[in-house]
Amino acid sequence: MSLNIIVLAKQVPDTRNVGKDAMKADGTVNRAALPAIFNPEDLNALEQALRLKEMYPGTKVTLLTMGPARAAEVIREGLYRGADNGVVLSDRAFAGADTLATSYALSAAVRKMGHVDLIIGGRQAIDGDTAQVGPQIAEKLGWPQVTYAEEIEKVADGRVVVKRRIEGGVETVSCPVPCVVTVNGSAAPCRPRNAKALQKYKYAAVPSEADEARKALLEARPWLEIGEWNAATVDADLEQCGLAGSPTKVKGIVNVVFTAKEARRLDNDDAQIEEFVKELIANHTIG
Amino acid sequence: MANFYTDNPSLKLHLNHPLMQKIVELKERNFADADKYDYAPRDFEDAMDSYDKVLEVVGEICGDIIAENAEDVDHQGPRVENSRVIYADGTQRNLDACRKAGLMGMSMPRRLGGLNFPITPYIMAADIVSRADAGFENLWGLQDCAETIYEFGNEEQLQKYIPRVCQGETMSMDLTEPDAGSDLQSVMLKATQKEDGSWVLNGVKRFITNGDSDIHLVLARSEEGSKDGRGLSMFIYDKKNGGVNVRRIENKMGIKGSPTCELVYKDAPAELVGSRRLGLIKYVMALMNGARLGIAAQSVGLCEAAYREALQYAKEREQFGKAIITFPAVAEILSLMKAKLDAGRALLYACARYVDIYKIYDDIAKERKLTPEEKQEAKMYSRLADAFTPLAKGLTSEFANQNTYDAIQIHGGSGFMKDYRCERLYRDARITSIYEGTTQLQVVAAIRHVTTGTYLDRIREMEQEQVMPEDEAVKNTLVFMTQQYADAVQAVLGVKDSRFQDFMARRLVEMAGHIIMGYLLLEDTQRDASVRKSLHVYVKYGQAEVAKHADFIGNFRPEQIEDYLY
Repeated sequence: MSLNIIVLAKQVPDTRNVGKDAMKADGTVNRAALPAIFNPEDLNALEQALRLKEMYPGTKVTLLTMGPARAAEVIREGLYRGADNGVVLSDRAFAGADTLATSYALSAAVRKMGHVDLIIGGRQAIDGDTAQVGPQIAEKLGWPQVTYAEEIEKVADGRVVVKRRIEGGVETVSCPVPCVVTVNGSAAPCRPRNAKALQKYKYAAVPSEADEARKALLEARPWLEIGEWNAATVDADLEQCGLAGSPTKVKGIVNVVFTAKEARRLDNDDAQIEEFVKELIANHTIG
Repeated sequence: MANFYTDNPSLKLHLNHPLMQKIVELKERNFADADKYDYAPRDFEDAMDSYDKVLEVVGEICGDIIAENAEDVDHQGPRVENSRVIYADGTQRNLDACRKAGLMGMSMPRRLGGLNFPITPYIMAADIVSRADAGFENLWGLQDCAETIYEFGNEEQLQKYIPRVCQGETMSMDLTEPDAGSDLQSVMLKATQKEDGSWVLNGVKRFITNGDSDIHLVLARSEEGSKDGRGLSMFIYDKKNGGVNVRRIENKMGIKGSPTCELVYKDAPAELVGSRRLGLIKYVMALMNGARLGIAAQSVGLCEAAYREALQYAKEREQFGKAIITFPAVAEILSLMKAKLDAGRALLYACARYVDIYKIYDDIAKERKLTPEEKQEAKMYSRLADAFTPLAKGLTSEFANQNTYDAIQIHGGSGFMKDYRCERLYRDARITSIYEGTTQLQVVAAIRHVTTGTYLDRIREMEQEQVMPEDEAVKNTLVFMTQQYADAVQAVLGVKDSRFQDFMARRLVEMAGHIIMGYLLLEDTQRDASVRKSLHVYVKYGQAEVAKHADFIGNFRPEQIEDYLY
């Protein structure tokens, strides 16, 4: 059995090494001052995909990222570690997207990818910390989802078995595929870059970042071309993309230090979930 | 989030040495692999970029994984269960990372699954690994046993074993026995040829690093009744076949993560490598030369680690109201540590480049006849490699001992405690001047090049190089030191007593070493001004050392040797 796996990856500013100039006066992130890196939990996600590839030979791991052409760097980083190929979803129309518009664009790209068994992403990105994009993609595709995954144990008989981190322990769940799995930072770290893959893919590029010499190389060595898709390629409704499709409006940014940490367990029951969400909105935890 | 390659600019200085162009072009046979392998370079710049990028991966793994595991590995160590070695958990994680990163069989050709890296970047990786954990370098570095199979094995053996090494199987070289340490001619392990022509091994080996490896190279006595080195042959033992058990592992002072095994061979099936009787006199000599270069890299890596620990502590530690680095007595120790580090590293890579060129020519000679010019050049570099290998191993391993000693001194009483890393470095360094031939045996190998003039010829060549005006004074000092060295050599050769020559050999070899390292630092300074400080400190030190030896030799009456001998 072989699988088609999409790994969601995001290029993020490295907020772990924040200096004085990390924030601009208006409270937004000064991206120029922070190196762009592969979102850490997306690397945990990639490792899970690569382990499945070792377990199920013939499995194809495709990276999907949304961002400017320079986000191709995260695709290269993935190729160096063992991914098979990747796509950068890039269009001015996507600019200014909040999580809703982002998950819309990404789910449109997933639909263009043909048969997919699993989408694996990190739990959340270290720039926004929302943890919303993975779950929203599942919702838009109408797929089930498993969050806080620590280890994908196997895929068999149309189901994936996942160990997930929960408050005070670990639970093992099984879920029908296709589905979305978001991986927690406590999962196994990603393997290092491989020397052969690094030499093979170091010139890989999306066409728009390639100069003439690089273009000639992409032509001679087709495996070096990284897919570059735009809104038209994925048949996206422009109204749902970018700023236009983003209900979120940033009014201001306030530094919040979490003081309370609490877990509550709900049954798999719509009424209970609805009640809980209303409570969270009422006390301004969300919304 | 540390990277032991990118945080150390001196590595790039050596990687980008002008001689690399020749090495890479020869190694890549004018880039003939580019059409056959998707990871082969297309030209010189492409190849250099690949070395740089792969070393960056090495640096990352070393900084983030291997160095982080080093303390736990030192405490836990390996153990034996059911006659098999079980590595410390951290060692296993280190090996997994190196395998996943494809850092095994780095110098092997692509057709056998390797990266086809020259020796120079491979040795640089060894230098970086050793800074992280010198004990782990032993396991990882034993991949250069594959080099011996590649050079002397038959095609079937190449195809059978080398791809497995490139996939991450480990190796060992089973040479030492209880009664055959420095004197390998006394090896007793018995190789018996059965009626079907196959061989089995019986006997005991001792002090075998990574002795439970997947693929062993074994030195054994194949010629019954023989007593000396000419009765010994080289064999491959494949662990898959069984027949070798680990009786125990040693409890060592340092490099504790590296299992040192006593092995019992009981009818262990083995394959002959190359020709009978050449085991010691040809194959082990080649194997040892490669291993000695590896120990020189290990020593330089330890020097680097020791210097960094000492420097950081001296900046942070305050006494009498200021950081101790501001006291001249402390600063002197640090400056000399840095100078020895830079000098040792310059010697290491000079040697690695010589080894590269002659080995590549040897390999090309298997494909086609070398031109007379190429033959001439191959011979010259082979001689230089032969001269520089014992020099590099001997001197850098002594530096590693000196620098790790000094690192503890800088730490004061704290350095004597188990809490600081310098304590482990000190223990790890101690073996470097002992194994793969003690410093005394390196002198035995090197003295030939003192008496035949290999070193002096090379020094005279380096003397011809132009230097910047501000370096003329240092060069004059080196010229003066060279004269003292040449005079001392003549004085020693003038005494027709081999005991006297053996007695003085270490001094002459050290004198040659100081001058050569001085010139190498001078050369590096021309390409990178930041080396100049180490150049000045090292030549000042070397000048005093050379004068000391010149004085000792000049004032030594031959009959005084009787005061020393037992």
